[in-house]
Amino acid sequence: MKKSELPDPFKNAREETGIGKMNDQNDPVAMFLRHKDVRKGAHNWKTFQSGAIPGRIVVPSEVNIRDLRQIPFEVDPPQHADYRAIIEPWFRRPLEEPYTKKLSEIITTAIDEALTQESVEVVNTFALPLQSRALTVLLNSPYSESETWISWGTHVFRSEGDPLDGDKAEVLYTYLDEKIEEAIKNPSGDLYSKLVESEFEGRKLTKDEIKGIMVLTFAGGRDTVINTVTNSIAYFAEHPESLQQIKENPEIINSAVEELIRYFSPLTQMGRVVTQDTQVCEHAAKADTRISLCWASANRDEAVFKNPNEVILDRKMNPHVGFGFSHHNCLGATHARQLMRILLKTLAEKVSSIDIIDFEENIEDLDQFKRKVGFHKINVKFNSKNN
Amino acid sequence: MAKITFITSDDEKITLEGTSGSVMALAVENNVKGIDGDCGGVCSCATCHVHVAAEDIQKTGEASEIELDMLELDDNTNEYSRLCCQLEITDALDGIVLQVAK
Ligand code: HEM
Ligand code: FES
Repeated sequence: MKKSELPDPFKNAREETGIGKMNDQNDPVAMFLRHKDVRKGAHNWKTFQSGAIPGRIVVPSEVNIRDLRQIPFEVDPPQHADYRAIIEPWFRRPLEEPYTKKLSEIITTAIDEALTQESVEVVNTFALPLQSRALTVLLNSPYSESETWISWGTHVFRSEGDPLDGDKAEVLYTYLDEKIEEAIKNPSGDLYSKLVESEFEGRKLTKDEIKGIMVLTFAGGRDTVINTVTNSIAYFAEHPESLQQIKENPEIINSAVEELIRYFSPLTQMGRVVTQDTQVCEHAAKADTRISLCWASANRDEAVFKNPNEVILDRKMNPHVGFGFSHHNCLGATHARQLMRILLKTLAEKVSSIDIIDFEENIEDLDQFKRKVGFHKINVKFNSKNN
Repeated sequence: MAKITFITSDDEKITLEGTSGSVMALAVENNVKGIDGDCGGVCSCATCHVHVAAEDIQKTGEASEIELDMLELDDNTNEYSRLCCQLEITDALDGIVLQVAK
């Protein structure tokens, strides 16, 4: 097996029953594995709700480690749309030229630096700093803030080894409380200040609502982006011809990014709570139980994708659900897409090849399934075009 | 070359000329309101949803199954719905009128 390969552990279950079973802290999850069911489930918010008690739709459940509602993620329509209307324009700024210019500088600097080094540990010293520096552009915060975020390590919520350690979240919460107070006292042009002045249903947002939005911005865009960047580097290390292909045909960059997101599916699944007894693939989903939308499985469904286990950078039809589907589709997708488009372009311009030195895989334990989502560590050597 | 007219949700009429590429790309390049083309045209985002004028439906042809499945779960879908990233600009599209769905 190639080192950059992410196998599909769901194939048999997806074809045979369409449902996976996962026990999680005595609140089991029925995983929807087929593309059609995942999309329908995401669309049908009345039966499969996000607005359950905070933390319950996350797998593994975070019910025991937090009370704060994440917004708009844990809210259902119609309030969901009102919250999104406040923040959506902000999350579309990545389409503006000054924004892409800043991202481009950050990415170019990171690659130039990597090219001077004998070896680079991609997760912690390339992808994490890149993700954090890029996030300063999204929040319109000072560049120096990224130093603090980098020091938190790869998981904002999770301590190494224990996915349910609440202490790490405290660091983020305390940090956010300070930033929100600061924005109230001295409004600037950053996202906190924007939220402080925003109106929701004719009133100002509460501090907890602002915090609920900000937490999500930090948590949702961290592991996902880090895994996407890291897995891309591993992929190009084993497929130098793909870098050449992008260099010669830069018009494929948009589809290449979508294809990498499909293949990597950096967010494996997201849960919902069932509001009324129903049935999916002969599985009886009872009210007040949990289901999940398994994006990673849907993205390998051979009923939809030809050669689903192959990365085809210029794949034309690619209705992947890597960024989710329907109301809750990823708000950070515009940012993530721009970051990835610029990363691919810059790698293709500057890098001739990448050698993998050693690595440690990151395997998610989903009970019935074990899924590789990326790497804990991967040491590589970047080789320059100009040698 | 094809002249393509977009009517936005606030009833603005924009006529654009294109020779190649997708109708979505033409609209995005010219900032047609309501057409974002988030996924770059691979049929995964539905931010390029339009309603083709009834008399032009023959010119645009039929949507593929993947496109139809996508449209089925989008808002404001009707029998004239298309994802315009799936419409390739050719002379055959000359004169069509598209109402932006969003
Ligand atoms: C490649 C990177 C990313 C992937 C694969 C990804 C994936 C996803 C997915 C699958 C969802 C849907 C969750 C659901 O249906 O419950 C989602 C929602 C969300 N994501 Fe991302 N995400 C990425 C990057 C980001 C970034 C960079 C941010 C922000 C900094 C972000 C913020 C959000 C937010 C706020 C939501 C909730 C939207 C809502 O509930 O309306 N994501 N993401
Ligand atoms: S641009 Fe995404 S579906 Fe048409």
